[in-house]
Amino acid sequence: MDFKFTPEEEAFRDEVRAFLDANLPADANRNDFAFIAEWSRKVREKRWVGFSWPKEVGGGGGGIVEQVILKEEMAKRHAPPLGTCFMGLAWVGPSIVQYGTEAQKQRFIPDILDGKYQWCTGYSEPAVGSDLAALSCKGEREGDVYVVNGQKIWTSIAMWSKWMILLVRTDASSQSKHDGITCLLVEMSTPGIEVRPIQNMSGTAMFAEVFFNDVRVPVENRLGAEGQGWQVTVSALASERSSIAEVTAMFRKLEELAELAKKTTRNGAPAAKDARVRRQLAVFEAKIEAMRLNGLRYLTKQLRGEPLSSETSVNKLHRAELEVEMGDFALELLGSAHQYVRGADEAVDGGRWATGALNWPEVVIGGGTPNIQKNIIAERILHLPKD
Amino acid sequence: MDFGFSEEQDLLRAEVRKLLDARCPLEQVRKLMATEPGYSVELWSELAELGWLGLTIPEAFGGAGLSWIDFVVLLEETGRSLFPSPLVSTTLAAAAILDSGSEEQKARWLPGLADGTRIGTLALLEASDLIAPSGITLLGKPDGDSFLLSGRKHFVADAGAANLFVVAFRTGAGAEDLALAVLDGGAPGVRATSQATMDQTKRVGTLALDGARVPKSALLGPPGRAWPAIERLFDRGAIATTGEMIGAAEAALALTVQYAKDRIQFGHPIGKYQGVKHPLAEMYVDVESTKSLLYYAAWALGESPAEVPRSASLAKAYASDAFARIGIDGVQLHGAVGYTAEYDIQLYLKRSKWARPAFGDSDFHYERVARLGGL
Ligand SMILES: Cc1cc2nc3c(=O)[nH]c(=O)nc-3n(C[C@H](O)[C@H](O)[C@H](O)COP(=O)(O)OP(=O)(O)OC[C@H]3O[C@@H](n4cnc5c(N)ncnc54)[C@H](O)[C@@H]3O)c2cc1C
Ligand SMILES: Cc1cc2nc3c(=O)[nH]c(=O)nc-3n(C[C@H](O)[C@H](O)[C@H](O)COP(=O)(O)OP(=O)(O)OC[C@H]3O[C@@H](n4cnc5c(N)ncnc54)[C@H](O)[C@@H]3O)c2cc1C
Repeated sequence: MDFKFTPEEEAFRDEVRAFLDANLPADANRNDFAFIAEWSRKVREKRWVGFSWPKEVGGGGGGIVEQVILKEEMAKRHAPPLGTCFMGLAWVGPSIVQYGTEAQKQRFIPDILDGKYQWCTGYSEPAVGSDLAALSCKGEREGDVYVVNGQKIWTSIAMWSKWMILLVRTDASSQSKHDGITCLLVEMSTPGIEVRPIQNMSGTAMFAEVFFNDVRVPVENRLGAEGQGWQVTVSALASERSSIAEVTAMFRKLEELAELAKKTTRNGAPAAKDARVRRQLAVFEAKIEAMRLNGLRYLTKQLRGEPLSSETSVNKLHRAELEVEMGDFALELLGSAHQYVRGADEAVDGGRWATGALNWPEVVIGGGTPNIQKNIIAERILHLPKD
Repeated sequence: MDFGFSEEQDLLRAEVRKLLDARCPLEQVRKLMATEPGYSVELWSELAELGWLGLTIPEAFGGAGLSWIDFVVLLEETGRSLFPSPLVSTTLAAAAILDSGSEEQKARWLPGLADGTRIGTLALLEASDLIAPSGITLLGKPDGDSFLLSGRKHFVADAGAANLFVVAFRTGAGAEDLALAVLDGGAPGVRATSQATMDQTKRVGTLALDGARVPKSALLGPPGRAWPAIERLFDRGAIATTGEMIGAAEAALALTVQYAKDRIQFGHPIGKYQGVKHPLAEMYVDVESTKSLLYYAAWALGESPAEVPRSASLAKAYASDAFARIGIDGVQLHGAVGYTAEYDIQLYLKRSKWARPAFGDSDFHYERVARLGGL
């Protein structure tokens, strides 16, 4: 057991810090489009976007420990994300690297790394969420195209995306529901695709319904073999999980909560002096620290060449719980003032706490609900009978 | 960066587990629980021969010279087996001498602790069970080159078995005028008694002092300046307790998982129902998370002392709440048989109740984390 990093790793950390010193001024406006564009160009130049992807496809060919260091240092300084195409980098790209043809790699990977356009993910359907493998959106082979008919829903940023990674059922007669699913890469401008944004409870629209009406997708845009879509998806979702960097952001949020506790009052005294408030903040700290250390234990397993399976659901559960509890706790600290949202004269911190407390579903529901994570742990790790 | 056990540590774990499974399975634990000393004197000497009693004592003083991470490996297994013995107490007493004693004092006491001829324990707490300088009110009365102690120490682990007590006492009225000393159990004015307690695998008692003499040669470190050393002992105690808690919690989870696979109700194993399955998954989350927090704290003991207070508190606080829940859910998920003396799950529930306040409960440790974090 050793938590020290090697001199090479420490040297890399210094390099990252030096880069941040030179390129991320303390007063940089992280919402400024011109700044983000310039920032993205620079990190792309360093090959820090797609840091652990193979060099042949334009990635950085880096190691996973360095990747953790990179993301940690970036999160500490509240740097903009590495790269601008979130889903492309998180799972579309890794899936194409693993399952794509040479032509697909050449066509898509450079654009994903450069963040030229957005990708979206067409998995869920109105009747199909947690039970994803039961999906029914149809893809019928006709010569050199698949003709797609059906509907997807909860497709994040569909309205701003140029491409979608889509799961369709190509064989309705297969024995298991996991067979007969195929993964297609679909251009959103293809005739027959209609996107209808859905407004969420915090008042914004970031996901949409997507309708497919005789949409013709060339066979050359199939990712993996026909009927292999489930495997492509499973390994894609697995490559998404490096929660260690998120932890740094969560520690920062905890600091902000502590600041809030210092400036709000409870029973006429600063909330930060209240025993229950102090305890709650410390409980959050313990859970976030547990996530950080769980992450390092799983990383150690990977470094030793042991396969990771469902352990990552542990941190997904912590994260879901924390997202709800921390969001809600902020409102509790604010008392009646928590009602004020952006635009209200008396809103604290510009009303951001209210918005934060309404956005937990992104983390809790998106990517699988807590109940489903518990089923995964119970069935795959504890080997209890299947539901 | 390597947050995993070494091959040697895996071997140690396997060795400990093998011995405890063979020599002290739960039927045997139940028998020992009912005896007067509460542990097996015969196994105690075997543990000494295997080098486990002196695991963290340097070789120069008769020990194996290993780290507290190795000790945690051992503790996870003794916790899993609910193994009754004064191992933790003896190791903590040795740590007190190692941390604060002179070379002469180490040479005088450590070999006996390592070879099992001396059983040591800490006598820090008093009736208030407050972990703070103000919790220590026992006053040392100066008498020439010595102090005389009259009063009581409470919640002394393995008091009935021990013959070496590391005692904290007050040398003056200043907040932190504290001292640590080694008392011989056989010395005049020293009397330890075992108390009847809930968890019979963890014996606790009282140390009554009636003019007990502490000569200068028995003082660990200079008098009036012992609080940092005492606080560190509490941290070591919290870490050791958490090590045993993890093993016990994991065993309670395993017992309950097995029961959920075997017990059929409504035509299915009850482990098929989410009302059973989900609390078991939550137990797993808690066991994994406690492990991570604890391993880091144990690592910090050896490699990063400044991080010990926060990391030890996070681990013990998290464990105290989590193991308490696991004890209750474990029994509840067994249905009525969980309430019987015959089934083992109740033994783990009692251990969780013993462990929750030991070396600080979650309120205490979370408050400390808040303070350390600048709140
Ligand atoms: C902000 C956000 C963004 C999203 N982005 C995308 C996206 O880009 N692409 C995409 O394809 N999908 C996306 N999703 C959809 C998301 O993956 C699904 O919402 C999620 O998998 C749950 O499915 P569902 O909403 O149909 O709920 P359901 O599956 O209907 O579940 C409803 C409730 O029942 C519980 N439940 C269901 N089955 C079980 C069971 N067997 N045991 C116990 N409890 C059960 C669930 O836990 C949940 O609490 C997004 C969702 C959100 C909230
Ligand atoms: C103190 C005490 C006094 C009692 N007195 C009497 C008495 O006077 N007369 C009498 O007839 N009985 C009595 N009982 C028995 C009592 O009614 C049963 O213990 C109770 O109904 C549970 O049954 P079980 O013990 O067989 O547990 P099980 O049914 O085996 O259940 C074990 C666990 O699985 C859970 N579980 C079982 N099925 C499901 C499911 N479908 N979904 C989710 N979870 C499930 C349970 O909640 C429990 O946690 C007594 C029990 C106790 C503890």
